Amino acid sequence: MTGARTPLVAVENLTVDFHSGAGSFRAVEGVSFHVDPGETLVILGESGSGKSVSSSAIMGLIDMPPGEIVTGRILYEGRDITHLTEAERAAFNGSKIAMIFQDPLSHLNPVFTIGWQLAEVYTAHGKCDRAEARRRSVEVLRRVGIPDPETRIDWYPHQFSGGQRQRIMIGMAIALDPKVLIADEPTTALDVSVQGQVLELMRKLQREDGLAIIMITHDLEVAASMADRIVVMNQGNIVERGEARQVFARPRHAYTRRLMSALPDHDAKAERPESTAEPILEVRRLTKYYGLPAGAEPRPAMKPAVGDVSFTLRKGQTIGIVGESGSGKSTIARMLLRLTPTTSGEVLFHGEDVLAMDRRRLLAYRRRAQMVFQDPYSSMNPRMSVFRIISEPWIIHPDILPKAKWRDRVAELLGLVGLRPEHADRHPHQFSGGQRQRIAIARALACDPELIVCDEAVSALDVSIQMQVIELLADLRERLGLSYIFITHDLPIVRDFADRVLVMKSGRLVEEQETEALFRRPREDYTRMLVNAAPKPKWEVEPGAARPAERAATERVGG
Amino acid sequence: MTPEITLAPPKRKRAPSAPLLLLRDPMTALALGYLILIALVAILGPMFMADLAAKPNFRARNLAPFTLEQGWAFVLGADTLGRSLLARLVVAARTTLGIAVCAVMCSLVLGGLLGLVAGYGRGWLSAAILRVTDIVMSFPSLLLALIVLYSLGPSVLNLVIVLAVTRIPIYLRTTRAEVLEVRQRMFVSAAEALGASDTRIIFRHIAPIVIPTLLTIGAIDFATVVLAESSLSFLGLGVQAPAFTWGSMVATGRGYLANAWWIAFWPGLAILLTTLSLNILSSWWRTYSDPHQRWRLELPRGGRGTKEKRS
Repeated sequence: MTGARTPLVAVENLTVDFHSGAGSFRAVEGVSFHVDPGETLVILGESGSGKSVSSSAIMGLIDMPPGEIVTGRILYEGRDITHLTEAERAAFNGSKIAMIFQDPLSHLNPVFTIGWQLAEVYTAHGKCDRAEARRRSVEVLRRVGIPDPETRIDWYPHQFSGGQRQRIMIGMAIALDPKVLIADEPTTALDVSVQGQVLELMRKLQREDGLAIIMITHDLEVAASMADRIVVMNQGNIVERGEARQVFARPRHAYTRRLMSALPDHDAKAERPESTAEPILEVRRLTKYYGLPAGAEPRPAMKPAVGDVSFTLRKGQTIGIVGESGSGKSTIARMLLRLTPTTSGEVLFHGEDVLAMDRRRLLAYRRRAQMVFQDPYSSMNPRMSVFRIISEPWIIHPDILPKAKWRDRVAELLGLVGLRPEHADRHPHQFSGGQRQRIAIARALACDPELIVCDEAVSALDVSIQMQVIELLADLRERLGLSYIFITHDLPIVRDFADRVLVMKSGRLVEEQETEALFRRPREDYTRMLVNAAPKPKWEVEPGAARPAERAATERVGG
Repeated sequence: MTPEITLAPPKRKRAPSAPLLLLRDPMTALALGYLILIALVAILGPMFMADLAAKPNFRARNLAPFTLEQGWAFVLGADTLGRSLLARLVVAARTTLGIAVCAVMCSLVLGGLLGLVAGYGRGWLSAAILRVTDIVMSFPSLLLALIVLYSLGPSVLNLVIVLAVTRIPIYLRTTRAEVLEVRQRMFVSAAEALGASDTRIIFRHIAPIVIPTLLTIGAIDFATVVLAESSLSFLGLGVQAPAFTWGSMVATGRGYLANAWWIAFWPGLAILLTTLSLNILSSWWRTYSDPHQRWRLELPRGGRGTKEKRS
């Protein structure tokens, strides 16, 4: 960068503290970065790294108090915008700098039509009257790729899919032709196939308008596909910065290197031979209709949440079930443990039908089959100590362990999952997400299970933590001879871990194959799309050209 | 950005125990002290002061407070018949607290239990509970109390029953609403997957989260019950003379507010302080029982606002 030109937005030496009764902590310290017209700056970091705080400061979105900008300033075209008055800020936000958020559903008001909300952007800034605003809104919707915008402008947010909602959010952000777009984890809540389309939309708008984009993400693949320059944050500090290609190819800082090593590597592995061990779980024609009274026949028009799914899990094997949201994969997990009633089908555990078990047999089954849930923040009772959480299975199944040995066994289990024995007296909120998931695994192991069903067990975790938890699960599989059913929306994650992969779509089983074969020779289009959905690094693609796969997807799905 | 709580350093001192924490908070300690005092007075006081409270003393009619010419017993003044207000307060403490505590406890426990069933269950029982609650709620509670007490005859037991029944819907509805939310949380599914029985899930997992809310409502409701009891007494359907309560003392004193304010003031103050203390104590306990919030109480005094770099 030449020093002579004034950057569009520059953050200089920013330090932000948050004060609370417990003292104050420094969210970001001495952070500087800038962005020029037409380029994308990616701020990469894991949760708690301060990446969102630095961008909120640009928009003046930090609540003060409790927040406090201790040092530093923020410049827009050389003008200091750190301490604007409320009126100046209201005129500035939206027209000069706009922002889009992670969760488009919670940032769109559910009781107003999207047309009303879009028009409000214009009227709030006093740009034009309502009729003109409506005409412009239709134009914006067309630009962000909402099909048939004249009709859909009168729809409500819930009538759109997640990807379309994010398109509408982007539309609201660019409505006033801002020069800078700040995108805070814009695709994190979206399915992989939709993610690529939204990213492509942002690139397209950037090409057309010369928009400067500041993108905040924890996802390395998304970062690589968008970034011209990259800033890596860790614990409130910038640990590395530079041209995206340089940072990815030759990370200098230890933290960046650790982060990069968490990327699932795509080296081909040997295809594994079919396991011939005895089957532990046989699932036959499992079907679930929601809202159907017990015993009633489904009408032909009804669509099942899960339809006719069959598979066999052998001892020591791991089956990955992969699908996007709404594919019925979590319903399968709940049905396998009888947490949700089943419409029809059989689940045979060592030859015995789980769905026909009486209370006593079911209790015995729930000792041998365990589940690890998606969200480690809500899957443990916040009022219980770790000791009580892990020892609860022994209260429910008194024959596992005499009470005198509980302390030692809890300490042993905590050690097994990589925590310390003294953690037993703490409560869940004192742990990070990854540590909580370890506690959840320790609780599952407390029953000495044979089968563990992991329902999106690592999805809520940062990438580097994801790999740690998966390594832990793989290690336990070797040491304890466990079998897993591993449910996820993220196909690359299962590549190293699962023996077989089932691909689900809209409640149906699309494809089932040995893992490596599935990645190399996907039989179905849908699987191929999932395998190729991961964003490719920007420098590997011709600049200015949309990727064929994504362009095709945009045309086909249109949203 | 989600603020993540980092682990305390491994060599953390053991957290101070509950009584110690409670005493460190001056308001809470004061509230607890007052409640203990009132409880002792209610238990022991009437033994010494029952006669004094009933004995008319015409030389002390409408005696103003803070004079010692009739002796220390008249320091808070006297009522229209010249009876010592201090003695009457002490004697009334037993009846007042007895009725209110019984009524609040009954409605809290019953309402809480029924609410747990109504919220957790899906069958006809929970529907039936809700419909009965709707019926109770749709009656003006005072009218209901009047009808019941008129037909059953006024007595302390009937009074407690009536007060409890009319307050049950509040606890029931609150409990049910919270249970409906809590049962959707993942840890309930997790407990179920471990094989936990319904009883265990209700009492070990859901109830501990609901109880602090109920206690807070109970503390606030205490005042309502005391006042409801006094209005029933005023209508002649509550506590029967010669027995009396703080509420009925306020009701009698109401007519003399212009020339002898102290007759209604002291019992009113007693009700206020009791309710306030209960409130302070219940909110302290609410914080203490939530592991997520407990640090607020465990902070060393004067240590607030110290800078601490998150690492």
